[in-house]
Amino acid sequence: MAKILSKTKVSPAVYELVVEAPLIARKCRPGQFVIVLSDPESERVPFTIADFDREKGHITMIIQEVGATTQHICEDFDAGDELQNIVGPLGRPSEMKKFGTVVCVGGGIGVAPVYPIARAYKELGNKVISIIGGRTKELVLWEDKMRAVSDELIVCTDDGSYGLKGFVTQPLQEMLEKGEKVDYVITIGPVVMMRNVARTTEPFHVYTAASLNTIMVDGTGMCGGCRVLVGGENKFACVDGPEFDAHKVDFANLMQRQRMYKTQEAEEWSCGGECRCLK
Amino acid sequence: MLKVNRHPMPEQPADVRRHNFEEVALGYGEDTAVEEAQRCLNCPKPRCVAGCPVNIYIPKFIHAVAERDFASAIRIIKEKSSLPAVCGRVCPQEKQCEGRCVLGIKGEPVAIGRLERFVADYAREHGLDAVEGPQVEKKGRHIAIIGSGPTGLACAGSLAQKGYDVTIFEAFHVAGGVLMYGIPQFRLPKEIVQHEIDGLKKMGVKIRTNMVIGRTFTIGELMKEEGYDAVYIGTGAGLPHFMHIDGEDLNGVYAANEFLTRVNLMKAYTFPKAATPVYAGKKVAVVGGGNVAMDAARTALRLGSETVYIVYRRGEDELPARKEEVAHAKAEGVQFYLLNNPVRILGNEDGWVTGLECVKMELGEPDASGRRSPKPVEGSNHVLPVDEVVMAIGQGANPLISDTTPELEINRRGNIVADENGATNMPGVFAGGDIVTGAATVISAMGAGKRAAEAIDAYLTGR
Ligand SMILES: Cc1cc2nc3c(=O)[nH]c(=O)nc-3n(C[C@H](O)[C@H](O)[C@H](O)COP(=O)(O)OP(=O)(O)OC[C@H]3O[C@@H](n4cnc5c(N)ncnc54)[C@H](O)[C@@H]3O)c2cc1C
Ligand SMILES: Cc1cc2nc3c(=O)[nH]c(=O)nc-3n(C[C@H](O)[C@H](O)[C@H](O)COP(=O)(O)OP(=O)(O)OC[C@H]3O[C@@H](n4cnc5c(N)ncnc54)[C@H](O)[C@@H]3O)c2cc1C
Ligand code: SF4
Ligand code: SF4
Ligand code: FES
Repeated sequence: MAKILSKTKVSPAVYELVVEAPLIARKCRPGQFVIVLSDPESERVPFTIADFDREKGHITMIIQEVGATTQHICEDFDAGDELQNIVGPLGRPSEMKKFGTVVCVGGGIGVAPVYPIARAYKELGNKVISIIGGRTKELVLWEDKMRAVSDELIVCTDDGSYGLKGFVTQPLQEMLEKGEKVDYVITIGPVVMMRNVARTTEPFHVYTAASLNTIMVDGTGMCGGCRVLVGGENKFACVDGPEFDAHKVDFANLMQRQRMYKTQEAEEWSCGGECRCLK
Repeated sequence: MLKVNRHPMPEQPADVRRHNFEEVALGYGEDTAVEEAQRCLNCPKPRCVAGCPVNIYIPKFIHAVAERDFASAIRIIKEKSSLPAVCGRVCPQEKQCEGRCVLGIKGEPVAIGRLERFVADYAREHGLDAVEGPQVEKKGRHIAIIGSGPTGLACAGSLAQKGYDVTIFEAFHVAGGVLMYGIPQFRLPKEIVQHEIDGLKKMGVKIRTNMVIGRTFTIGELMKEEGYDAVYIGTGAGLPHFMHIDGEDLNGVYAANEFLTRVNLMKAYTFPKAATPVYAGKKVAVVGGGNVAMDAARTALRLGSETVYIVYRRGEDELPARKEEVAHAKAEGVQFYLLNNPVRILGNEDGWVTGLECVKMELGEPDASGRRSPKPVEGSNHVLPVDEVVMAIGQGANPLISDTTPELEINRRGNIVADENGATNMPGVFAGGDIVTGAATVISAMGAGKRAAEAIDAYLTGR
């Protein structure tokens, strides 16, 4: 059982949940995730740990409603309610060291999981440049929090409603072309964005880590459902990752595998979700 | 003496059961059990006992059944086994107890497994196995058990009986290990496993689910910070193997573990009532010939797949699965595509499986293990048109614990090295079951847990 301490809507269809999880808060490190099972017949869904408070024993998750389960968690649970199960911290933490200049690229809700990583890099004495983006102004998350842990913060929107108009890859490209010293790039966000970040940095030979959101069941290396092709090899995102060398990741395969349950998801929504038959 | 044949097991008819998840074998009734028990010759030097990995005193319990003394029967069994309702159902009896029965030399062996199951079910239904808290004095020593599969459950039960304070740490949200997420409902109803777990809880065993050891706590932390005097590792063989052939990354390709976990643990067969989906293709190839493969194939049928193949590179005689389950699978309509080895999985442009390319095999001379090793027949490549492939070719050791416990000795396959009593190279750390032996059987995992409980007791009492 994990009690929800607060629930805040941070942008349309995106919620911030702070939950009581002392054992996870005590141990988690940036880059790790949890798996939530909201109620017994629900689905096990992974979420990155977007923030944590070791003293108070809290962790924060940013959850985007994309399907039946995430919508159920976001809409049917409130502060004071309890999530049936939460397990973690899972996955390998981000590689933590003083690289020099680190660029943190977060897109959409991917900004939230980038935050604790950026903060840790800053604390280690790295120069942290953050590039965050969203489709439109109201989809840009956690700008203030990111600013507080970055030496430099660049905000982009696809439609130009806020910050630079364009994709997060543009300022990154310019930075690299200008010959700015970049030692390490970490990117979290939609798969297409991460693929494009990888393509941007590859010609400049800058190591780029991408955090992959595969379909998962157990999160402990038991089912093999989260497998991804990295450098032609089968890797399990839940135990070998979730971060991998983005230049070696087969993003097309990742996108293909994420579509595995499209038909069933449609079935799950045959009622349009209105009747709430799932409850 | 009048020769009575072995009593057949009442079953759901094959054409009915292939569409439902209810238990296939219905169990003996009281009279059938007594009659079957009367077949036993009560041998003075019973060969059957030596065939049972935990040496249940078979003639004695069977004799009690013949006398309708079911309370004694369960007591005799429980001296050696803590999971008779499970083992009576899933043991490969033909290779163990029944395989040695003298009656089997000329005719059919006594149905030892079915009788064991009958006794355990009778005991459960009539409250004969009700557990009370241990009568012994509390020892005030704490033991952490990692994993709640048969080995962890058995070890916990024995230690609790001795008065130890036992906590099981389980990674999943449900306890039971493979008994819950692997072996399907139609072969092992989950209520039976739950009954055993509830029994342990009544004995005072604490079960903490959602605890991934290696992540939530390490072994070192359990002992140094959390105050456990000893640890028993029973984490099973959970790492699914793939064949490393082209196309394993296609949609529609599962490891059996994922397929079975979605269905058994997450109840995907009730989707969308339960929220976890599973894909059911029209034509399914299950690769492998063991129990896991049979379970996956029969599960696929029940999910509505029209044609299900078992693709196995050796012949019928080499199938490692329980004989009874092979027969069940056949009766239900699973097609056995034997002496064929997959070499490639084919897919369409959307990334979905369209076929399994196989090569025909022929059996060569027996190898060191006595099995005849298969060799590919040149030029025999052909495509089996399927839209789903389930890989059931074995499981290895999960490295989560060994990676975070560098002092712990493992072998080159990643299994923890432990002696026959479960002692590892680390003082106070014991291990057993599939994590030590590699994928084996419920009964051997259970036996290892009981032996380790003795060893842990000896270790802590300085014997
Ligand atoms: C390591 C990791 C970290 C993640 N962190 C976050 C996070 O911080 N915030 C957040 O909102 N989401 C995060 N996700 C994605 C989130 O888990 C999915 O959005 C969620 O599982 C979708 O579930 P659903 O039932 O609502 O959607 P549906 O679309 O109905 O899902 C159906 C099936 O597809 C799977 N699935 C669909 N899309 C994804 C996806 N993108 N990733 C993984 N599985 C998917 C589901 O698990 C389920 O099996 C993360 C995923 C991973 C693997
Ligand atoms: C589909 C299938 C069918 C089978 N059929 C038969 C059969 O008919 N007859 C038979 O005798 N045997 C059968 N077997 C084999 C048998 O189930 C196993 O040999 C037995 O379950 C092993 O027991 P165990 O306790 O060692 O491990 P498991 O049953 O695998 O239990 C290990 C437990 O540890 C947990 N765990 C793992 N890592 C961690 C961690 N780091 N932290 C916390 N918990 C952890 C797991 O979640 C799991 O619950 C079958 C196996 C499968 C998969
Ligand atoms: S535990 Fe298994 S091997 Fe032993 S008697 Fe029972 S069925 Fe036979
Ligand atoms: S060997 Fe067969 S007949 Fe003899 S005691 Fe065992 S079960 Fe009975
Ligand atoms: S989620 Fe099951 S192996 Fe990674």
